[in-house]
Amino acid sequence: MFPKKPYHQLPLNSHCVTTRAELSNVTHGGTKTWLGFRPTKKHFLLHLHYSLLSSQSNHFVFTMSLLQHHHVTPLSSSSSALFAQNNFAGVRTQSVNVSTKKMGVCKCVAASPAEQTAYKTKVSRNGNIAKLQAGYLFPEIGRRKAAHMLKYPDAQVISLGIGDTTEPIPEVITSAMAKRAFDLSTVEGYSGYGAEQGEKQLRAKLASTFYANLGIEEDDIFVSDGAKSDISRLQVLFGSNVTMAVQDPSYPAYVDSSVIIGQTGQFQKDIEKFANIEYMKCSPENDFFPDLSKVSRTDIIFFCSPNNPTGSAASREQLIKLVNFAKDNGSIIVYDSAYAMYVSGDTPKSIFEIPGAREVAIETASFSKYAGFTGVRLGWTVVPKELKYSDGHPVAKDFNRIVCTGFNGASNIAQAGGLACLSPEGLEAMHEVVGFYKENTKIIVDTFTSLGFTVYGGKHAPYVWVHFPGRSSWDVFSEILEKTHVVTTPGSGFGPAGEGFVRVSAFGHRDNVLEACRRFKELYK
Amino acid sequence: MGKMWLWYFYEYVGSCSCLSNMNNILHSSRFSLSMSHDSLQQHNTQTLKSVFISTNLESNMSMFSTCNLMNHKIFLQSRASLKTPNEGLATVRCTRVVRNVNMEKLRHNYLFPEIEARELEHMKKYPDAKIIRLGIGDTTEPIPDIITSNMAEYARALSTRKGYKGYGAEQGNKDLRKAIAESFYKDLGVKDVEVFVSDGAQCDISRLQLLLGSSVSVAVQDPNFPAYMDSSVIIGQAGEFLDETLKYKNIEYMTCGPQNNFFPDLSRTSRTDIIFFCSPNNPTGHAASREQLTQLVEFARNNGSIIVYDSAYSVYITDESPRSIYEIPGARECAIEISSFSKIAGFTGVRLGWTVVPDELYYASKVPVINDFDRIVCTCFNGASRIVQAGGLACLSSDGSKALMSVVDYYMENAKILVETFTSLGLVVYGGVNAPYVWVHFPGSRSWDVFSEILTKTHIITVPGSGFGPGGEGFIRVTAFGQREHILEACARLTSLLL
Repeated sequence: MFPKKPYHQLPLNSHCVTTRAELSNVTHGGTKTWLGFRPTKKHFLLHLHYSLLSSQSNHFVFTMSLLQHHHVTPLSSSSSALFAQNNFAGVRTQSVNVSTKKMGVCKCVAASPAEQTAYKTKVSRNGNIAKLQAGYLFPEIGRRKAAHMLKYPDAQVISLGIGDTTEPIPEVITSAMAKRAFDLSTVEGYSGYGAEQGEKQLRAKLASTFYANLGIEEDDIFVSDGAKSDISRLQVLFGSNVTMAVQDPSYPAYVDSSVIIGQTGQFQKDIEKFANIEYMKCSPENDFFPDLSKVSRTDIIFFCSPNNPTGSAASREQLIKLVNFAKDNGSIIVYDSAYAMYVSGDTPKSIFEIPGAREVAIETASFSKYAGFTGVRLGWTVVPKELKYSDGHPVAKDFNRIVCTGFNGASNIAQAGGLACLSPEGLEAMHEVVGFYKENTKIIVDTFTSLGFTVYGGKHAPYVWVHFPGRSSWDVFSEILEKTHVVTTPGSGFGPAGEGFVRVSAFGHRDNVLEACRRFKELYK
Repeated sequence: MGKMWLWYFYEYVGSCSCLSNMNNILHSSRFSLSMSHDSLQQHNTQTLKSVFISTNLESNMSMFSTCNLMNHKIFLQSRASLKTPNEGLATVRCTRVVRNVNMEKLRHNYLFPEIEARELEHMKKYPDAKIIRLGIGDTTEPIPDIITSNMAEYARALSTRKGYKGYGAEQGNKDLRKAIAESFYKDLGVKDVEVFVSDGAQCDISRLQLLLGSSVSVAVQDPNFPAYMDSSVIIGQAGEFLDETLKYKNIEYMTCGPQNNFFPDLSRTSRTDIIFFCSPNNPTGHAASREQLTQLVEFARNNGSIIVYDSAYSVYITDESPRSIYEIPGARECAIEISSFSKIAGFTGVRLGWTVVPDELYYASKVPVINDFDRIVCTCFNGASRIVQAGGLACLSSDGSKALMSVVDYYMENAKILVETFTSLGLVVYGGVNAPYVWVHFPGSRSWDVFSEILTKTHIITVPGSGFGPGGEGFIRVTAFGQREHILEACARLTSLLL
């Protein structure tokens, strides 16, 4: 029922729709030692809605419908019966006759001729989205995991795939959020719309905490609901007429958002790259820093350091080269520093540590991997005043316009949490959690090294980049999943230069990480 | 006026209405200049060129006084406090990245930051004035305890091993999606999997534009909530802004006014791919009737168009007007609906909303729109905050919704008071019955002038109708959000001014 092909070989226009980490969340809270799935007495059905469309004229719609009832704790009113009685439904004088589709278990339906002639609009589909080859990488990992769990309902699946944090958020931070929530019920404490750029105090604290003495000020900082949203807003800002360079491999959101906004050409299957994107190979051969002498000029350069997925952190010398390269070419670097706090030693944490960077770089960052805010949603982007377009127009002005028009600020509750993160106590607590994940990373590195693998990363980032020379990364992914019930991420999901590698993320409860490593040792001894 | 000389630096920075004012002045003065308005038009406005025009500075100063010509500070500020950016960085080098031409096309600041900027200016001028804000539609009443305590509890639980949760589904928490479907779309066939939870309608509008792309054509009501138009310009669907009509080329403006009962004459509306329609309407307050919406759906189906229906104010409806587009048969195949907790629950700062994309909505190529929207949501977004979603769930509980409806009633009582006040002053008033907006007619007056007059003389912030499109000229929007005492005080001040 599930296609056997790796997702990147699925036919053109296949689209996978699913509820993502709901699947991994089934395995998270509530259970003792394992991140794995435990069958419970409660009824559950997993809901996957998977549409596979072939590019030929016959359209087959496979609908896998499995319903999941997943109660969110600790809400008091989770019974669906209550909602039917609430006051929002209003009075309707005319009942509308609608045929409701029945949702059952594992129902595969080929579209009948009647459905095929169903009403359709005359609106053309956005050609850019059609260029995308398959679903976003991480929902695909989620699907594979879900399929595996169905196949092995008793398996204790451990997730070292999606880089999802697992450790609770320090109390100093959550209590600040709880307090803010309570304040919203009071006359004095209630606030409506906040500044789209973020609350003043938080912006100031971000500047002083991360950019002290780097010439970045409070009003250069734009608070957001996370780096992923910011990346897309930056693409909307730049528009479709700019050219882009990415590292290869890289976090898929840069490439995918570039395709969506219309900067790229078609996907070239033979080389597994989109036309019009400059892919800057980062591999062991070049110490995971691109050979800039071979890189063509592009308007925008996405650069992530410490790197997801390779875990490599660029040195000061490397970043100086990058900044000079951008300066010489008149390019803009979008520097993703989401893992900066994982850096050890003197390695740069911010691009603005490099002289001249304020005239060529934007930096995005996130609380996700520092404070476990993956579900809370908070990040920021720095756009220095000195950064200008070719006509002298400040980039920050346009970004501000985007933020005011296409966004309405990060949640005030999340921002209260962010401020607490930056208190002395909060910073210390975040360092502790980061340290914990770094220890996990070391355990994973040691495990694979002891098994004779060549391992990269793991020093400045919570990712271990394991080399499986000559092997397809999706095959290795499947093998590991099948034989150890551990979810990883295949390197080729991050770009063609990721082929032959598997990314193992180090987020997890210590016991799960240890168990996973035990299983790796079993498999690869 | 004779021949006049003025050095005027015309930098195309997509700035405020001063540019259109400039052109108006040139027209009205009937200059014949060596480098006149004609040469302005000759220049491709998409490339930056400085055009120096000579005219008499002094005699035109008064005309410039209401125009924030060099007020660049507005660009960087909206609700944050004003700070003049460091413009004098003469030695700073530029990149070679060409500015997005779509950004250049934007002719004004986003409306609401502009209102805020005016407020700040006013505050500086009258530091002792007690300003009453009936401008930006910002909620004022505290959120009921049952909701905030749920959020607080959820936040606290994130500190426990059992209660901690990382990434949520980008489409939203399953229970919440289900609750939204059942609360707002009961018996309308909307499934939980068609509901995408977000951090608010303004963000959803932009994500929908990303979904639809730059090649689709768009229709908006005139007047309308500026985000539809502005996001359309930004994504590249719109052409140049035309000073003569105060409209963007390539966008179909559907006039909605008293003359047509605030519903567009569809027989005069050209076909577009997308139709943005907000009901109850911001800013006019009009809730479309069943008949009107049936017409709209028929129009869309006949043209193969997609309606993007904004129902953010549906809970404010007091009569039988439809609350959802899906009450109209056939809408599932031609309409997307967006909505928000902002005005339902005072979540303007908390950030929660949703979009419904029915699985029966297809592109011409038979690809389901929902598939692509899901892809956008998974790639460009990472879900609304879990804490906030917990709040949303509490909003939709029996007790939660009851508490919220009493806040809605409170605002609508404010609206009633405002309507009565304006009516008693002899003004014709629209809205205020099915929406927390009162749309007051000042025939023959320019809305920015009325806005300024009201602000200067009564220290009340409103919103000039023309900020919502040329169809809003001659109107002022007054919001009904506010503490009762402020509403009453405002009414008292307006009465003394306008009596």
